Order: sequence, then C-alpha cells, then structure tokens
Amino acid sequence: MTAQRAVLAPTLPLVRPAGRGGGYLWRRFRRNRLALVALAYLLLIHVVAVAAPYLAPHPPEAIDLLNQFAPRSRDHPLGTDESGRDIVSRLIFGARTSLAVGLSAMVVAMTVGSALGAISGFYGGAVGAVVMRLTDGALTIPTFFLALLVLAVFGSNITNVVLVIGLTGWMVVARVVRAEVLRTLPQEFVLASRAIGAGDRRILCRHVIPQALPSMIVAATLGVAYAVLTESALSYLGLGVQPPTPTWGNMLTGAQHYVWTKPVLAVYPGVVIMLTVLSYNALGDVLRDTLDPRHAGS
Amino acid sequence: MSRYITGRLAQGVILLFLVSMAIFTIIHKTPGGPALLNNPDVDPAVAREFRQALGLDDPIPVQYARWLKNVLRGNLGKSYQHSLPTTRLIAGRIPNTLLLSGTALLLAVALAIPLGVISSVYRYSAIDYAATVTAFFGVSVPIFWLGILLIIVFSVELGWLPSAGMVTLGAPFSIGDLLRHLIMPAAVLSTFPLAQLTRYTRSSMVEVLKQDYIRTARSKGLSEVLVLSRHALRNAFIPVITVLGVLIPRLLSGTVITEAIFAWPGLGRLAVDSAITRDYPVIMGVTLLVSGMVIISNLLTDLAYAVLDPRIALR
Repeated sequence: MTAQRAVLAPTLPLVRPAGRGGGYLWRRFRRNRLALVALAYLLLIHVVAVAAPYLAPHPPEAIDLLNQFAPRSRDHPLGTDESGRDIVSRLIFGARTSLAVGLSAMVVAMTVGSALGAISGFYGGAVGAVVMRLTDGALTIPTFFLALLVLAVFGSNITNVVLVIGLTGWMVVARVVRAEVLRTLPQEFVLASRAIGAGDRRILCRHVIPQALPSMIVAATLGVAYAVLTESALSYLGLGVQPPTPTWGNMLTGAQHYVWTKPVLAVYPGVVIMLTVLSYNALGDVLRDTLDPRHAGS
Repeated sequence: MSRYITGRLAQGVILLFLVSMAIFTIIHKTPGGPALLNNPDVDPAVAREFRQALGLDDPIPVQYARWLKNVLRGNLGKSYQHSLPTTRLIAGRIPNTLLLSGTALLLAVALAIPLGVISSVYRYSAIDYAATVTAFFGVSVPIFWLGILLIIVFSVELGWLPSAGMVTLGAPFSIGDLLRHLIMPAAVLSTFPLAQLTRYTRSSMVEVLKQDYIRTARSKGLSEVLVLSRHALRNAFIPVITVLGVLIPRLLSGTVITEAIFAWPGLGRLAVDSAITRDYPVIMGVTLLVSGMVIISNLLTDLAYAVLDPRIALR
C-alpha cells in the first residue's frame, strides 16, 4: 500500500492542505451571540483573577468579628460573611484559586490524555490496545469517588487537588486525540510526506498535531469546565482547597451552615461557579461548531 | 451470548482485583494510619497492641493476601470506627443509596427522553429553545449549590419540605414522610443526567430524522407516531445508551455530594467518613461494591446495544 502511494506521491502538489485563515474562523465565531457573551465573561473573570490584589477592596482573609453578616454597603458591596470577611474580596481571590486549579488540572489532563492518545493512535498494535484498555478501564471507575479517597488519604493541598482532578479527566482527551490521529494517518498528504522521507517526528508535529488541534482545543475548553466544577465540589465537601484560602467551593461550605439565618450568603459563590462553567461549556460547544462544520446546525 | 457474558464477568473480576490491589496499597502505604489509633486519648501501648492484633505492621502484600482470603470467604473485616462487621454496615446503607439513585435515574430517563424527542421534532420552536437552554444550565450548575438553593426555597422560606435525613426522627415510619424527604435529593441528583440525556436524545434524534428511511417510512403513509416510535427512536437510542453508560459512574459520584448536602444516610456518606477516619476495611468494602456496580452497569449497557441494534454482534 505504502509503496503504491510512493509512486503517486511526487505528482501531488507539495503544498500544505488549504487552510482557513483566522479571519474566517473569527467571522464564523462572531455570528454566535452566546459565544461572544461567554467569551467576554471569561475574559473579565480571568482579568479579575490576575489583578485580584489591586481590585479587591479588602484582604480576603481579614476577619472582623465585630462586623459579622454586615449588610451591603459602600465599604462592603455584597456585605460580609460569618467571620466578617468581605464577600466581594473573597469572590475575587476565590476566582484566582478556582481558575488556577481549573486551568492547571486541564493542562495535566491534556498532557496525559494527548500523550496516551497519540501513542495508541500512532503506534497501534499491542501498545495501542493496552493504552485503550487502560482508558476504558479508567472510564469505568467512579472517578469522583476515587478523587475523594485519594485526597482524604494524602491530604488536601492545592497540588494534590490539581493532580487528582487532572488524572481523573484525561480519558476523554485520550479518546479524542486517538480518533484524530487514526483519521489523519491514512490521508494522502501524510502518505505523501512519508514518501518523500519524513520521519515519525516530523509527521507527528507537522501533520498530525495541526489536524488534531481543533478537537484538542474543544476538549481543553470543556476540560476547564469539568475541572472548575470538580474543584468546587471537592472544596465544598471539605476535601479540596482548604480554608482560609478562599475558593468558590469552600465559600459555599461556610455558607451552608447559615442557610436558615443568612441564606443570601449561599447565592453569590454558586452564581459565579455556574456562570464560569456555563461559559466554558458554551465556548467549547461553539468552538466545536466553528472549527468542525460537520457539527454545525444540530 | 452466555459465553460473552461469562467473558465480560471474568474481565470484571480481574478489574476488581486490580482496583482493590491499587486502593489497598495506596491507603496502607501512606503515613498516618487509622484515626482510631491516632486518638491522643488512646494509650500508645494499647494502640501498639491493637496495630499488632490487626496485623498493620506486616508487609503490605501479606496484609493484602490476608484481606483477599477473607473477602473470598465473604468476610470484609470489622470496621475500626463502628465495631460492626463491614458487610453489615454496608448492607444497611445499600437500600438508602439505591432508593436515592434509582429514583434519580428513573426521573432523568422518564423526563429526558420525551423532552429530547419533542425538542427534535419541533426543532427551533419555543419548546425546543426552552428545553435546550434549561438543559445547558443543567449540565453546568454545581449540584451542591442547587441543593442549597432548594433547601433555602422549600425548607427555609416556604417550610414545605424537610432539609435533611431520610425520615422524621421519632415519628412513626410512613411512605409519605419518606417521599417528602426524598423529593429534593432525588431532584438534585437527577439534574445532571436529566440535562445530559435530554441533550443527547435531541441531537441523536435530529440526526436520525434526516435519514432516508424516515422519509421512506413517512412516504409509505405510516402515522407520525409510528414513524417516531418504531423507526426514529429505536435508532436514536443507540448513542443515548452510550451516554447512559457513562452517566452511571457519574451518578454514583453525585450520590456522594447529594448525601452530604441532605444528610442522607447512604453509601456516599459512609465512603467519605471512612476515608477521613482511615477506616481501612470499610474503605475497601465500599470500593469493591461501587466498582462492581459500575462494571455490571457497563455490561448491561453493552447488552442493551445488542438488543437495540441487531447489527452489533457481541463477541
């Protein structure tokens, strides 16, 4: 098969497959209002997270027991919590922790997932089969359960939380990357490139990865949504990021004790978590439609 | 068929063996040990004696072999914290968790499939729009927050529903009382599967409705109900079943959170408590049970494929 193609190869035009410019994608993307709103919100929340020390009116961990459950005021725009800490400042610094954990966990999941997916797709055979069995096996484990167990046993610090979320979220990425590799490898431009003597590394970097990139971007975007949601759930259960460091999840743990007296405390962090997860999910969906026209319109 | 099932069950047993070995090693290898023995009120000499009696100082492979031998005899050991046999402790929690997760799953399937079908048939209508947007919120909302909000509305503000537990303490048992306690946790737990299933049913139906055989069915004069139920839905179910298979492990994770919010006395809480107190026999027992449940539900999912699509041959 390869030999046959090799004869044909020189007659193929030696140019990259026709790509579409960024301008085209942006025009498609821009048509979707929901995506624009989601993108704007995400930009805002990330800027807020980065600039937290300059934006927060108070230190997030400053306890003021004389000022518990203060109502909204000029000094405390959303009031204070059960320890007199400023809620706005905690939400702002919480964005830092929650987004940092979410993004880092996504990087872990993407690294592990794309490496395993690429290996199993590229080399196939026994190695590929073993990797795919491993992925299937990992998908049958109730991962959240495992995450809880590992954190309870090893202790909850930010590094462990990131690792646990990342290492329970790579399976989908591995499947996506594997599928993309399997789709790309038999295509003619790859065969042509192999015929003119390109090695595995060149084929992987110049042909396979660029082809897989759109799907990987979508997987990464949805991965952040999963990671932010999981972090907040773990922190809510007291097994994620530990107080006094504020995250959106552990702010809710505190708030739940006061639902009978100060229910409003439980509203703010949840709204922020939901908007963030919603925006990442929306962005992922729209990117999928934009980057892969097969999905559009359904 | 029966050979296929036997093979899959054998694979499942191997997987259980590997998972239990991994978990056993992880929990025993980390420093600390059971909370019971770290209690400052316990005399160190007594604690040491206890450790020896429990065999906690033996090499891990020896401990694992001993544990496995007992498991094969149906003995999961005695809980450190509750001084009860682990099997009894777990058996007492299973019905509660099954009631909660079963109700949630039933609710999700019973609502999602009609919703998804209606959405796809009346695509781009107001109903479709409402269902799609709601489902989108449903997959993004943190369920513990939703739980807290429901408690605020229905327990705190309106006072209609109890906020915690399975039954009213001290009151005689009645089905009505149990149901009142069940409504909110089941609703919260079903949110994610309901939303996800609606999304998949809709998109799967949209794909199927474009197919030629649907046009054929319509043009030979079949009623719309028949076209939808016999021709479209049956084919649309195949990808939906896949999602269902993935949703079941996720549902079990959800029970952990739901049981924590509503103080529901189920396996999820037992799991969290045993992990925090390092109650080894209970951790191992719950792990075995939960992994086994997931393995069996995956097998059932694959069997459902074969029933729905005769082209799929199980090997």
